[in-house]
Amino acid sequence: MAIVETRQIRKAFQDHTAVDGVDLATREGEFLVLLGPSGCGKTTLLRIIAGLEKQTSGDVIIGGKVVNDLAPRERRIAMVFQSYALYPHLNVVGNIAFPLKAHRVPKEQIGERVQKAAAMFGIERLLQRKPRQLSGGERQRVALARAMVREPSVFLLDEPLSNLDAKLRTSARDELQALQRRMGTTTIYVTHDQVEAMGLGHRIAVMSRGQVRQLGPPQEVYNEPADTFVAGFLGSPPMNFFERGDAIVGFRPEQILPKGSYATDEPLVHVWFRVDRVENLGADRLLYGSLRDLAPEVRMIIDLSFTVHLPVVEGQAYEFSIKQSDLKFFDKKSGLRIPGRPL
Amino acid sequence: MGTPWGGKTAVADDEGALSRILLAPALLYIGAVIGLPFFLSIWFSVSDVTVSSTVGHYVGLENFRSALEDPTFRRALGNTFFFAFASQIIVLVLSVVLAMALQKEFRGKWFVRLLILLPWVAPVSLGSIGWLWMLDSIYSVINWMLRAAHIFGPQTWPIWLGQPNLARASIIAVQVWRTLPLATVINLGGLSSIPQDIHDAAAIDGAGFFRTLFQITIPLVLPILLVAVLFGFVFAFTDMIVVWVLTRGGPYDMTQVLASLAFFKGIDGGDLAGASAVALFLFPVLAAAAILMLRLARRAEVM
Repeated sequence: MAIVETRQIRKAFQDHTAVDGVDLATREGEFLVLLGPSGCGKTTLLRIIAGLEKQTSGDVIIGGKVVNDLAPRERRIAMVFQSYALYPHLNVVGNIAFPLKAHRVPKEQIGERVQKAAAMFGIERLLQRKPRQLSGGERQRVALARAMVREPSVFLLDEPLSNLDAKLRTSARDELQALQRRMGTTTIYVTHDQVEAMGLGHRIAVMSRGQVRQLGPPQEVYNEPADTFVAGFLGSPPMNFFERGDAIVGFRPEQILPKGSYATDEPLVHVWFRVDRVENLGADRLLYGSLRDLAPEVRMIIDLSFTVHLPVVEGQAYEFSIKQSDLKFFDKKSGLRIPGRPL
Repeated sequence: MGTPWGGKTAVADDEGALSRILLAPALLYIGAVIGLPFFLSIWFSVSDVTVSSTVGHYVGLENFRSALEDPTFRRALGNTFFFAFASQIIVLVLSVVLAMALQKEFRGKWFVRLLILLPWVAPVSLGSIGWLWMLDSIYSVINWMLRAAHIFGPQTWPIWLGQPNLARASIIAVQVWRTLPLATVINLGGLSSIPQDIHDAAAIDGAGFFRTLFQITIPLVLPILLVAVLFGFVFAFTDMIVVWVLTRGGPYDMTQVLASLAFFKGIDGGDLAGASAVALFLFPVLAAAAILMLRLARRAEVM
């Protein structure tokens, strides 16, 4: 159990700066997600924490110790890679036992610890197989078992679910979360999938262009975004934006309901929305269109849950309501969040 | 054979016929230049043909029997294996070291790669002549430099090509020099095909340099490594030129190999039948090596 801290980490390459002054501190036993689009520096940051890359400047501190000059194997961390990086010429037992052998754990203990790790992930019957004989989900479990067998103080995961198919991903996410909550190991998890981030993390660090834009629990990052980037990156379908005076206004597609359907005492804002196209997705209906009076040129999406009864005809406009507090205002020039105001 | 839209297929589209036509020149060449002499030498080896014969008589396995009874032949047989194995074991180690060194980026890397490839590019005979001068009994550059650096005392002047053990060592050294480039390049390809992730995982798992090398890297490139060494083995095993140029098989036939002995007997000595018998002893080993190479080449995928 250790706290991972980064202080002003910078990593500059010849033509661009991958990580540009990142200050982070995990909490003990926390599941911290580094979320961002490709190229935002999250994987580079993770590799710097692991010791696989050397930062240009700044410090990495693990468990209170500055580890800048320590090799990966001296940092008491474990890592699961996107490709799992299993050793192809060793069977599952060989893969899981490898870190124990590398640390010269006595032979008698190795067998028992491998069994325990395998049992934790339900892969006991696969022990004699080689990686090429395993499915994607099985390989992922072996990678996790290999990481856990050393009982590390920090767990680093680099998009471990992205190679799984969609169905498997959901159940794997569930198991991963349960595992981390049970073991209580400090975990740093890199992903570009915001659904994963919301589902798994205690806190999310949203990154863009080498910097952390916002750090906070999922609900906070979702409901109180710090700038337009965070607001637009989280949420599927993404937040709708339009300009109003010297501000940018944003609202989430699912937070707007047909007028009269909203059962709340809070102040509401009413807008007319012209529907151009409807997508029926089963659990939701997506209405593509625009705010007829406020921003007729801006293409927007409204996400109506299937429980909302509103017969919709393409080409017609309907009146919708949204809570005043669900309208987020951002400064037009900097993109930073500003306090709410009347529309 | 017709195309899906009807009409007769042109030869250029008919894969069966096309493949045969394209392979024909190569097969003809191999048949004429290698196959024909091969069968001819089988006939020679069971006959009494000499350079001046007009007709040959069948003598059964007489030539093979007398070869096996000849101590020079037995020594040549031993040398052939010894030079090949010894040189390739050295190449195995050195090529891995060189390939690993060449994986890193450094200034002047292109130049180092060029230097490493040069021995391979130079014709064997020219390279051997170069070595002949460097190892000369009077003018050896190596001896001269080591004497000038006071590493060799006034009594030390190795006759590289004259003393039997030194001569053997020299031939092995030149074989290493000549086959190292190919092995290095092949191994470089093999090493590069290991994904960086695997090295990262090993580093995080706690493996140091040597553990990673012996337990991860080498097992993964082993098939490719073996192909490289096998190539070198065949080149060293069948070599005649290095031995011929450096020592003519001397001193006292101590460095003879099968190929040089066959040349000596057949061309210099005129005994085509005896020479053919000697040369044919190469065949079983080469056939086995060829089969092995084909098998390994098929399995030579890192993943």
